[in-house]
Amino acid sequence: MTTQSYAVGEHPDLPPPASEVGVLGWLRKNLFSNWYYSLLTLLGLYILYLYVPPLIKWAFIDAVWGGEDRSACDAEGAGACWTFINIRFTQFMYGFYPDELHWRPNAAGLLLIALTIPLFVKSFKWKWQLGAFILLVYPFIAFVLIHGGYFGFELVETNKWGGLMLTLILSSVGIVASLPIGIVLALGRRSSMPIVKSVCVVYIEFWRGVPLITVLFMSSVMLPLFFPEGTDFDKLARAMIGIIMFQSAYMAEVVRGGLQAIPKGQYEAASSLGLTYWKSMGLIILPQALKLVIPGIVNTFIALFKDTTLVLIIGLFDLLAIIQQANSDPEWLGFDTEGYVFAGLIFWIFCFSMSRYSIALEQKLHTGHKR
Amino acid sequence: MSEHDSGLKPSKPAFWNDPKVRALFFQVLLIIGLGYFLMVIVDNTLANMRARGITTGFAFLDEPAGFGILQTLIPYTEADTYGRTFIVGLLNTLLVSGLGILFATIVGFIMGVARLSRNWLIAKLAALYIETFRNVPLLLQIFFWYFAVLGALPGVRQSLDLGFGIQFNNRGLYLPEPIPESGFNIVLWLVLIGFVVSRFVKRWARKRQDETGQPFPVFLTTIGLTFGLPLIVFLLMGAPLHWSYPELKGFNFKGGMTIIPELLSLLLALTIYTGTFIAETVRAGINSVSHGQTEAALALGLTRTQTMRLVIIPQALRVIIPPLTSQYLNLTKNSSLATAVGYPDLVAVFMGTTLNQTGQAVEITAMTMAVYLTISLTISFFMNWYNKRVALIER
Repeated sequence: MTTQSYAVGEHPDLPPPASEVGVLGWLRKNLFSNWYYSLLTLLGLYILYLYVPPLIKWAFIDAVWGGEDRSACDAEGAGACWTFINIRFTQFMYGFYPDELHWRPNAAGLLLIALTIPLFVKSFKWKWQLGAFILLVYPFIAFVLIHGGYFGFELVETNKWGGLMLTLILSSVGIVASLPIGIVLALGRRSSMPIVKSVCVVYIEFWRGVPLITVLFMSSVMLPLFFPEGTDFDKLARAMIGIIMFQSAYMAEVVRGGLQAIPKGQYEAASSLGLTYWKSMGLIILPQALKLVIPGIVNTFIALFKDTTLVLIIGLFDLLAIIQQANSDPEWLGFDTEGYVFAGLIFWIFCFSMSRYSIALEQKLHTGHKR
Repeated sequence: MSEHDSGLKPSKPAFWNDPKVRALFFQVLLIIGLGYFLMVIVDNTLANMRARGITTGFAFLDEPAGFGILQTLIPYTEADTYGRTFIVGLLNTLLVSGLGILFATIVGFIMGVARLSRNWLIAKLAALYIETFRNVPLLLQIFFWYFAVLGALPGVRQSLDLGFGIQFNNRGLYLPEPIPESGFNIVLWLVLIGFVVSRFVKRWARKRQDETGQPFPVFLTTIGLTFGLPLIVFLLMGAPLHWSYPELKGFNFKGGMTIIPELLSLLLALTIYTGTFIAETVRAGINSVSHGQTEAALALGLTRTQTMRLVIIPQALRVIIPPLTSQYLNLTKNSSLATAVGYPDLVAVFMGTTLNQTGQAVEITAMTMAVYLTISLTISFFMNWYNKRVALIER
């Protein structure tokens, strides 16, 4: 054994002990740092062992993917029956919308995507104009395309609409229509006029205080009573009115949050420039406030997107309702789980990606308004 | 101002530009507009109701209902009135919301803390739970539990025996029911008295600590007085309590308590769904307390437990409580989804069956909404009170 001597302070650093670096170190630090963490880790592993392999076996290995009827799924030891989803897929997407006309909702959807893409391009200059076009003109184009009855498009009654298409329509109409109402209500709630303020407060607190389901019941049972005899609303329009009234209250609170985050100096600066109320709101306050609340709006959209499933209770066929109906089809009894897993996956993909987007946006927009 | 008063007065704007006059004008306009709108609606509604032969008023509440209800917390028969269906539905709503709040809080706190755990696997598992269940609609989850899980359980004769006399089948969960015997009330009273006394002990202990600096084990005393003492008395009295076990008789179980699958699925879904939101609230609350607080507390010589109890938790709670109450509110409102699986809550019984039978849409909708509004306003009133109590007094 040779010994080597170093001058004071010249000794090279020793490598860290093997138990502190690499895989072993990571395991020790993150999974087995003391006895009860080790116990918890083992418990977690046991839970994973209990549920993950059977789940993978059911959903993939033993699953039945093809076929035209349930015979393959009834075989002994068969896992998930994705045939059921496969066969019903168009119905889950479009409801009872006529097959040969599916291009119309598709076109409306693609148009929306095409219109939205430039909004994410940094160098695109006409963002405000395009945004206004999407919010104000596009809904009419989409309505003509999907509903028909104009320009030689064949009429498709709303009771044939359904599936994911209806879920998307309900939630986007709900958000887009409730935005302007919400802005007005939020401004009203911060108004110095006592009566305007109290009207807005009562409206907002009322709708926020009741469950959506009672609102939907109300709009389907009571709304027809409110209008002169003979006025006929279809079910979808009634549900939409209910959703918009409900949603605008939540939207108002989101916008109010944004308005409150704008420093008082901005209001005072606008007034001292001699701008009128509407000009100072429209040119100074709202552009800043709305930018701040985009993540909040996305979050409300997520909530609304999940809440649209409630329309099945008043007899509309959104994605969940149509799956529920397919589940009770006597030919396909016993595949509830597959239906729910499929619906859950679709909702999950939409909601999860939107919530990630909202988080990313929040970080991007965090431009020093918060104190 | 007076010393500079030169006798000049600020020019007054024309009266149509005077903000006060304008405000008055707009508000009068708003009142007239709203009044007209309401008048038209009321007028139309009355005309429509006359045309359909619906009488107005609350007289229907005294008429016999004539339909059965799946689960009632108070005695109810078909001969009872519509008014009683309201009470039955309301109690069922309160039951499911109360239990849901309790379980969701437990699940939420455990998961929120678990997501912050230094144990990588536990943190990831908690994150997996949260991200999975909060992005799937509640109604879908209720259906999943009701139709795909509970509906697929074996029938009554092949019930799963979960031990301790608990039976589980597609008609519900059968639990043994505790039946108090004479003298059990004394134990319950002792619990109450013990709790009250321990509050006084707490006050005395705080006073003593302020004066002498001597701490007193308040928590242990509270546990001992509230639970320990009554337990000893309970055992001394010869355990005046017996269990009624569910037993298979004919085609169903007799005895014990039954939790119907409707309640069970609703409770599971509400707990799991709201639990995710509560977990995120808890996580945000704990994260909001900076690490410097822990270090400062330790530097002052507080123990780990004391740091947690006296420094971290009070500050975290200040952040947690407001969103937590709004989650409780959401849970209560979401319990109205009961109607989708037929659990007889307020909406299902009163706004569903009773409304269909009587056609009194306006009155019933108003009553139902009033209940939810009362609950909401009470909870937000409480929240404001609490917020004021714990608010940081800054500068």
